[in-house]
Amino acid sequence: MSDPTAAGRSPLGEDIFRYLCLSAATLLLVILAGVVVSLAIGGWPAFAKFGFGFLTAERWNPVDDIYGAAGPIVGTLVTSFLSLAIALPLAIGVAVFLTEFAPERLARPIAVAVELLAGIPSIVYGMWGLFVFAPWFAQTVQQPIAMSVTPGSWLDTLTQGVPNGANIFTASIILAIMILPYMAAVFRELLLTVPAQVREAGFGIGCTSFEVTWRICIPYVRTGVLGVIMLGLGRALGETMAVTFIIGNSHGFPKSLFDSGSTIASTIANEFAEASTDMHSAALIALGLVLFLITFGVLALARLLLARTTR
Amino acid sequence: MTRMTARARRRSIVNLIFVAACGMTAVIALGALALIGWSLLSKGVGGINADLFTMSQPAPGSRGGLLNAIVGSVILCGLAMVFAVVVGVLAGTWLSEYGGRTKLGHAVRFLNDVLLSAPSILIGLFVSELLVRNVIGHFSALAGSIALAILAVPIVTRTTEDILLLQPTALREAGMALGATRAFVVRKIVWRSAATGLLTAGLLGFARISGETAPLLFTSLGNQFFSVNLLQPIASLPTTIFQFALSAYDDWQRLAWAGALLIAASVLAINIAGRAIIHRKTS
Repeated sequence: MSDPTAAGRSPLGEDIFRYLCLSAATLLLVILAGVVVSLAIGGWPAFAKFGFGFLTAERWNPVDDIYGAAGPIVGTLVTSFLSLAIALPLAIGVAVFLTEFAPERLARPIAVAVELLAGIPSIVYGMWGLFVFAPWFAQTVQQPIAMSVTPGSWLDTLTQGVPNGANIFTASIILAIMILPYMAAVFRELLLTVPAQVREAGFGIGCTSFEVTWRICIPYVRTGVLGVIMLGLGRALGETMAVTFIIGNSHGFPKSLFDSGSTIASTIANEFAEASTDMHSAALIALGLVLFLITFGVLALARLLLARTTR
Repeated sequence: MTRMTARARRRSIVNLIFVAACGMTAVIALGALALIGWSLLSKGVGGINADLFTMSQPAPGSRGGLLNAIVGSVILCGLAMVFAVVVGVLAGTWLSEYGGRTKLGHAVRFLNDVLLSAPSILIGLFVSELLVRNVIGHFSALAGSIALAILAVPIVTRTTEDILLLQPTALREAGMALGATRAFVVRKIVWRSAATGLLTAGLLGFARISGETAPLLFTSLGNQFFSVNLLQPIASLPTTIFQFALSAYDDWQRLAWAGALLIAASVLAINIAGRAIIHRKTS
């Protein structure tokens, strides 16, 4: 039998293992740098040709090889913020319900279920959105509204569009359902970091549950709440499949809530594999760089804010 | 006195509304997710049969299954997990045992977290630029599995670090006291005592990538025939579902639902298994 400690004492083996671990850790940095550099190089022709106008021009026309990214950029921001506006109150409600009101027996299984649902692939949400939610929405929401509004009124301008359920608004709802379990799970963890004494002190001076939650617990974790919002936003910005299924995929600015549109991710998903010219793929990669810069900013902020509350 | 009671009543009403609203949000959220689960079951179960697992994808209107896509997914994810576990466990080990508190350590941890939630389609673009365009020259299973590996690495790294930090310091000290080197202690004592936890790290990474679609669209593309060649395009469940769901044929859409059910069920099963292992370990 070989003597294991002899092998363990070899300084060479020690160094090799150490550097192996170090290089694996460094590889992560290299990958992230590689993503930025490859997107910058690949997208450069588009920036060089269209300049700053690439970000502000609306026309996206592969046939004439002219690309302006304002449509997908606006589509990305609008759907992300709309979905956040829908998901945030729901996520807070669910997390508060689970930590404050639900009996322990119920809270644990629900919390686990919510966390598991956060892992369901987005293509499933996309299919559900396209085949189940969009037809329902078109029939019970879009058509009645279209029939009852006065032409030219503000509600009419807001709700114009082909009544097939594939539009900015339904895409935002599907996105909201997707990011909701995720946000609720992180938010619940945050609420659990509030010390029991702080909470009980509140009840001790006669506060109601509402007051304890709203005036004590949520302010206690407030930077973390911002982190959760940013994390949800980061997810929504980059989400691809769910949106690609249901946003309608048309170029240009969306004219109303119920108009079809596109996001950066859905445009790349739809066009990249079949990009006809070099400029077309350069424009799509440039779009990718824009998306990366937006999400990197948002995610970095989220991590900084969350790190401050949880560590 | 009367003013006090009026105020108390108002506070209790506000409180009641708040409690009701929170309960309501829970009902709405769980209801929406239950609806999705129900659609998945009711539309997917009908398509689960022997053909699904024994035949490759059909032309519209003829018999067929998802065999080529299932095999493709297993190859893509399996290969990706080999890369991801090797890199992730080593990187996580470095964070927990060596350089976690250095400046580089903080940078790695931070950027790992960013990579963890970076849009997966951008990882697809990166691998496509690097491998598909400039090295291999065409779509391939290898490129697809590297894209998936990059998505799984951050999860494996993070979980590994967390798991290793849970191992008692006394364990390391005992090893060191016997005269073993650090590397030896890490490999033979710390890793061994954390073995089930490391398995979980792998499982969580696996669950993350098994439903990924976007990065595969322009790395492994898809293949309507059965293929196990790593240097050729390969079918995968998510890309096949994407193609079939958006097609105009009823039987293709049925297969898409069956495939979606298959993926959702396996992701759930993997996640539950991972959790069960961690739970047993920590409680």
